[in-house]
Amino acid sequence: MNNSHAIVLSSVNKRYDKATVVDNIDLQINTGESFVLIGHNGAGKTTLMKLMLGLTKPSAGKVKVLGEDPTSGSFSAKRRVLGYLPESVSFYHHMTGMELLSYYARLKGVAKSEVNKRLQQVGLLEAAGKRMHTYSKGMRQRLGLAQAILGTPELLFLDEPTTGLDPSLRRDFYQIIGDLRASGTTVVISSHSLNEIEEQADRIALIRSGKLVACGSLEDLSKQVGLPVRTRLTVATDQADRIAGQLEPHYQVEKVDDHTLDLVCPVDKKIAVLRHVADLGDSILDISMTAPRLDEIYLHFMSGEKP
Amino acid sequence: MSRMLHTIPILASKEIRDGMRNRWVAATILLLGTLALTLSFLGSAPTGELKVAALEVSVVSLTSLSMYLIPLIALMLSFDALVGEFEHGTMLLLLTYPVERWQIIAGKFLGHSAILLVAILIGYGTTLGILIYVNDGDTTGWQAYATMMASSLLLGCVFLAIGYLVSSLARERAVAIGAAVGTWLVLVVFYDLALLSALIIDEGKHISEGLFSTLMLANPADAYRLFNFTGFEQIGRLVGTSGVETGLIAPLVSMGVWVVVPFLLTVVRFHKREL
Repeated sequence: MNNSHAIVLSSVNKRYDKATVVDNIDLQINTGESFVLIGHNGAGKTTLMKLMLGLTKPSAGKVKVLGEDPTSGSFSAKRRVLGYLPESVSFYHHMTGMELLSYYARLKGVAKSEVNKRLQQVGLLEAAGKRMHTYSKGMRQRLGLAQAILGTPELLFLDEPTTGLDPSLRRDFYQIIGDLRASGTTVVISSHSLNEIEEQADRIALIRSGKLVACGSLEDLSKQVGLPVRTRLTVATDQADRIAGQLEPHYQVEKVDDHTLDLVCPVDKKIAVLRHVADLGDSILDISMTAPRLDEIYLHFMSGEKP
Repeated sequence: MSRMLHTIPILASKEIRDGMRNRWVAATILLLGTLALTLSFLGSAPTGELKVAALEVSVVSLTSLSMYLIPLIALMLSFDALVGEFEHGTMLLLLTYPVERWQIIAGKFLGHSAILLVAILIGYGTTLGILIYVNDGDTTGWQAYATMMASSLLLGCVFLAIGYLVSSLARERAVAIGAAVGTWLVLVVFYDLALLSALIIDEGKHISEGLFSTLMLANPADAYRLFNFTGFEQIGRLVGTSGVETGLIAPLVSMGVWVVVPFLLTVVRFHKREL
């Protein structure tokens, strides 16, 4: 067991009756990294998380979380440093926000003073006296995050955390998660909303039909896929054709209009493009580069499977 | 270790608060209190002639009442305990906390037992006070009455444990409530009827007195009745159970086993359940 790994999955299988939900997955999640599980609904992301949380046992293979089997009795104590926000979180309807969070804080052995702090952080301090059945989906989700981050967990699991949240709430949500990452928390997020998750990920695992299709940083995955980088040049008037002529022997050039050219090149040619463009001097007015987006990578890997 | 000991009271106090909030506590106190008072005063008429203390008569009528009512109340408190949390989705989150599965059952058991204890203390205790007051301070038979209260709590614990087992086996709440009512009917109502029918048909050929006592003791509700009717001589004479001599220990052991075994089976079953 390497201490730099918060989670290690070795040849993990999970079958329910005859259906294989997780199929021979090997995975290491490093301590302190933000790890994103991407896949269609039903791909096995939630089951993977449940395996990591020790809520379900693997049919074959081994799961180690913080160096221990999460289904073992002795792991119970380690759960104090775990946080989990399930997909569509459920709470006791008759309890107020304050009562609920205080209850979870007591179970985790977290000081009562932290309850108010967390309620404030997720913007629920004013609604803390209201009962759960009056909470909207967004409020429940925010309370879900508040309970997950009680005690500043070492390991935080978020299953589709922003489903049903409006954009401004999503931003707040990721701000809080960002702060935790900065303090060293290992974060495992599952999602199928691709572009919003891009900025959150140190590494991404693509799951399809229970199998690990690809795993790596966005850049690693881009290289694997070979998707091109697009460089947009804004050029001086009447210069577009001349510049296009100079670049065409080296790159694929697309003329957008009289002032704009797009260069399409492989990821590993990025620096070469920049040098080349710099040599063109004052006729280049502006330059912007677009790396392949996660949704393009996702589509590439997931092609062949219906959503 | 100390944290482990803290966890169960945290879980138990939530159950007690839930019980107070959804009026379970109030309803149970009211039900037990009203029925105990009514039965005690309806049953107090013959005391003068037979020279039996009012409290002793009450023990007889309240034992017969509790034998049906306490199991039903306990099952209604407990059938939902696990399956309800699975169905609502709250168990998923709870199990990611530093809580062991047996502690969840122990916490619920402690909380629900406390609800029963309060209901019995207030419901039956009030009747005890009133009976002593209206009988000019006559406390004869208070020991039998107090023992009846304590054994009623034990009977409640038996059916709480059975309720958890039902709750751990059922996949849906609707199934669990059906199974809980069925269990009550079998153990509390049909068992005695079946035993009685067997006795009549057998005409004393195969079912000896010893076997009959054993069969009675094997059922927790009957064990409760035997405990209260044979424990005190005066009450035994009042109800005429001298045929079955079990003493106090055997019925207590029977009820104890009926608490421990379903509780342990629930723990085993709960441990096997995956989410």
